Amino acid sequence: MDAILLQILNGLDKGSAYALIALGLTLIFGTLGVVNFAHGALFMIGAFCVVTLQRILNLSTVTLDPTKTDFLGNPLTIKTPYIVSWFGESMGASIINWSVPLALIVTLPIMLLFGFIMERGLIKHFYKRPHADQILVTFGLAIVLQEIIKAFYGANPIPTPAPEVFRGSFDFGVLIGMAENAVIYPYWRLVYFAFSALVIASVFAFLQFTTFGMVVRAGMADRETVGLLGINIDKRFTIMFGVAAAVAGLAGVMYTPINSPNYHMGMDFLVLSFVVVVVGGMGSLSGAVLSGFMLGILESFASMNEVKGFFEALYLPSIDQIIIYLVAIIILLTRPRGLMGRAGVMEE
Amino acid sequence: MISKFQNNDRLLMLLFIIAVLAGPIILAPFGAGYPDLLQRFCIFGIFAIGFNILFGLTGYLSFGHAAFLGVGSYSAVWMFKLLTMNVIPGLILAVIVSGLFALVIGFISLRRSGIYFSILTLAFAQMSFSLAYSVLTPITNGETGLQLTLQDPRVLDGVNTTGSLPSTNLFGLAMNATQKVEFLGMTLQFNAGYYFCGLVLILAFYLSMRIFRSPFGLMLRAIKTNQNRLNYTGVNTRPYTLAAFVISGMYAGVAGGLMACTDPLAGAERMQWTASGEVVLMTILGGAGTLLGPVIGAGFIKYFENIFSKINDNVLHGWFSFMPDGLEDIIVGILYYFVGKGWLLTLGLLFMMVVIFLPGGLIQGLTHIVERFQSKDKKQDASVPSDTDNAVKPAE
Amino acid sequence: MSILEVQNVNKSFGGLKALHNVNLSVEEGTIHAIIGPNGAGKSTLLNCFIGKLIPDTGTVTFGGKSLLGMKPHEINQTGVSRVFQTPEIFADLTVYENVLIPCFAKRDGSFCLNPLKFVKREADIHDKAQHMLEDVNMADKRHMTASSLSRGDKRRLEMAMCLAQDPKLLLLDEPTAGMARADTNNTIELLREIQGKRHITMAVIEHDMHVVFSLAEKISVLAQGTVIVEDLPENIKGHPKVQEAYLGGAH
Repeated sequence: MDAILLQILNGLDKGSAYALIALGLTLIFGTLGVVNFAHGALFMIGAFCVVTLQRILNLSTVTLDPTKTDFLGNPLTIKTPYIVSWFGESMGASIINWSVPLALIVTLPIMLLFGFIMERGLIKHFYKRPHADQILVTFGLAIVLQEIIKAFYGANPIPTPAPEVFRGSFDFGVLIGMAENAVIYPYWRLVYFAFSALVIASVFAFLQFTTFGMVVRAGMADRETVGLLGINIDKRFTIMFGVAAAVAGLAGVMYTPINSPNYHMGMDFLVLSFVVVVVGGMGSLSGAVLSGFMLGILESFASMNEVKGFFEALYLPSIDQIIIYLVAIIILLTRPRGLMGRAGVMEE
Repeated sequence: MISKFQNNDRLLMLLFIIAVLAGPIILAPFGAGYPDLLQRFCIFGIFAIGFNILFGLTGYLSFGHAAFLGVGSYSAVWMFKLLTMNVIPGLILAVIVSGLFALVIGFISLRRSGIYFSILTLAFAQMSFSLAYSVLTPITNGETGLQLTLQDPRVLDGVNTTGSLPSTNLFGLAMNATQKVEFLGMTLQFNAGYYFCGLVLILAFYLSMRIFRSPFGLMLRAIKTNQNRLNYTGVNTRPYTLAAFVISGMYAGVAGGLMACTDPLAGAERMQWTASGEVVLMTILGGAGTLLGPVIGAGFIKYFENIFSKINDNVLHGWFSFMPDGLEDIIVGILYYFVGKGWLLTLGLLFMMVVIFLPGGLIQGLTHIVERFQSKDKKQDASVPSDTDNAVKPAE
Repeated sequence: MSILEVQNVNKSFGGLKALHNVNLSVEEGTIHAIIGPNGAGKSTLLNCFIGKLIPDTGTVTFGGKSLLGMKPHEINQTGVSRVFQTPEIFADLTVYENVLIPCFAKRDGSFCLNPLKFVKREADIHDKAQHMLEDVNMADKRHMTASSLSRGDKRRLEMAMCLAQDPKLLLLDEPTAGMARADTNNTIELLREIQGKRHITMAVIEHDMHVVFSLAEKISVLAQGTVIVEDLPENIKGHPKVQEAYLGGAH
């Protein structure tokens, strides 16, 4: 029981990331009719916003302290981040400590802007081109973004710790009246899950309760008709693209303490998020979220030693690497439209 | 002029054969006349020709073709390990295994079309990569890659007494045997491996030409333009697309097998999504749906990859030394990101440029230019169709 | 003898009943028109014949064989061809290639793996394709890309493509929609000629009463998803039920 609970919890954080990326993919696909192969790159850019912010916050003045020397007898250099000298010892240090959540504030406008520019500057010109061209151009963009990040930040993962309060783990089992040490769970993963639940809820609320959202939903159902009503749907779609980019970027920001950002994380997540979208059903927002969590949890179960051992006996070690694909194949063979897909979406 | 060339299959074929056979001579002045690069031209040419049979004719955009390339390599290396260093059995196994693999993946992926299909193939390729990288380590030797060892049985080759690893051969002719000839101050290198790859390339090109000109090819092109109509014309499109998928998977398998023939090892990185993306780029850069385009695209990409990867900042400084120092540093600083290890960045940009500005690829761009000149020259009848190279002619 | 038999066909989309107990029979060798006001279910009915839609209940038999559960290409191979309201052609191919394809489909069946044959050596196919293009007066346009044709030409091309299959039953969905009077009359002539020469059974959906009454040997009137009258043209004109359906005089 506790083992199962633990695996469900472990799957939540990856599932949250899948769900957030898949949600953005579906939004873009549903509104603009474009499959964005650069969406994973947006996730990665969000993560590197944190790295950049941390570097900026850690910019330091270097002073020599003649009273102390290192083991070679040279005066010891002391680095004082500007932030610390500006805001004082405790305030400055806690700003640096809280850089990951702080990055959310910085990243949101950056990603929105990035999304707008991308849609207006590139994607817009591809609405009337064949799907293959849309795929190819966003695919090219994904490579370009990834290589730029690699050129500036190198190929190695860059550790970005969570705020100190959230480092370490806690005993989740005790909280719900189970035995001690049965379910140990890192704080940050819980934060990540809560965060993504919040983002998902806000996106749904936004679509459900605002006029803007209503038009967008109508546009997803029937783009041409809404266009004929005289509503400037294109402008709304641009904003929608920005929102989708922001969702991916914020997902990337919060994911950094779980997985140190590297230049290829975008593509790794993109392929799996595509599988998530396909399993959930192309064009279905709730399907994307549902299958995101489902596949995340499934992946976590497959990495359990018991399960792995079972498959190892069948000469299939590390089954967790491919379990998502296997399940996707089975689902597609039995339900070609995915779990919650509508008829007529993407069936030319 | 170009279209005349293209419509004359025999002439095109003849020129193609001459170009391949004379490859080491033609390309030597461009610094591309050495065996390793020449072999890569052929191998990726075959890969792209095969990809074009699927994408160029049916319009199904697969993002997973590198998987078949990898499968081909692994199969060939296993043949070298178990049976013989002769390349023929290795190639045959590569074709068979990649064909079967393509049959399975195609059967599932082709249940959907359009974007769905692209995503599915991408997912399959990534899954194959994971399989090769970790899950199937007993077969693929995981991260390290599959290599030859002295302990391999090689049942047909007899006992190896030399104490060093044997090289691949074609009935005794070693693939790495190179005849060097001095000619006009250049060293021409005639390599057995290149000529073997070249012959396979010629065969691959010939087969693709036959497919383009066949009723089967006509049906594939019909699928690209209007699959619905084809269904209501009594044609079952699924087996056609599946056949095209399997054929192009086998082409990729041959390319992978040849890679193993020229350098007998196989690694999982060959199956990564970047490799799949590269063949897509080669095909659209040259011109999807044209006969010659993919080969040209493959040559173009591999040539510039080779050139660009060799450029470092010293070379750049040499080029721009005529400029004032400050400006020189800035330009070199910018260009530095695009050369050497930055080749992938250039590739990505090229990708976008081609899709945005040259969706028809080099062949179409060239045809347009030539046509523009011709119409300036003699005000031709504009209604004469610009026969793309696969238009079917009525019987004379 | 009737070649197409439709019995008690029902089809609904969600709550909307598009077809309600439709009964219809098309006699072999005749031109049968299906008319009715907008939204009467004419196109839905046609889609049930070619396998695009599957009726909820009821039977559709063609030449004594049930068409239900058959895929579009299988239905076509039994001899049912359809001309669409907006011409469905292979827009990127040449006119000539457009006609070659149905010729191959007729000869080689629904799938034929012949990647090493040459199209240009198939003399019989070329004869037939050329013949078909001449039949619809398009031989001079055979090198043109189909997408560059005028709408009327596209329709004639589609007609040639359907005829190239030697269908037993040709379904026509508003073959003269959007045509000028002269073109309409040409099409009527063409259809009459085809029927006279090849004795192909035709089922025509049409709005233009001029076309209907110059072509049809029998007329079914569809209203609100059901056949209200099936009779000879001369009896249709003054039929009270028909007037009611078109003018909505019931209320």
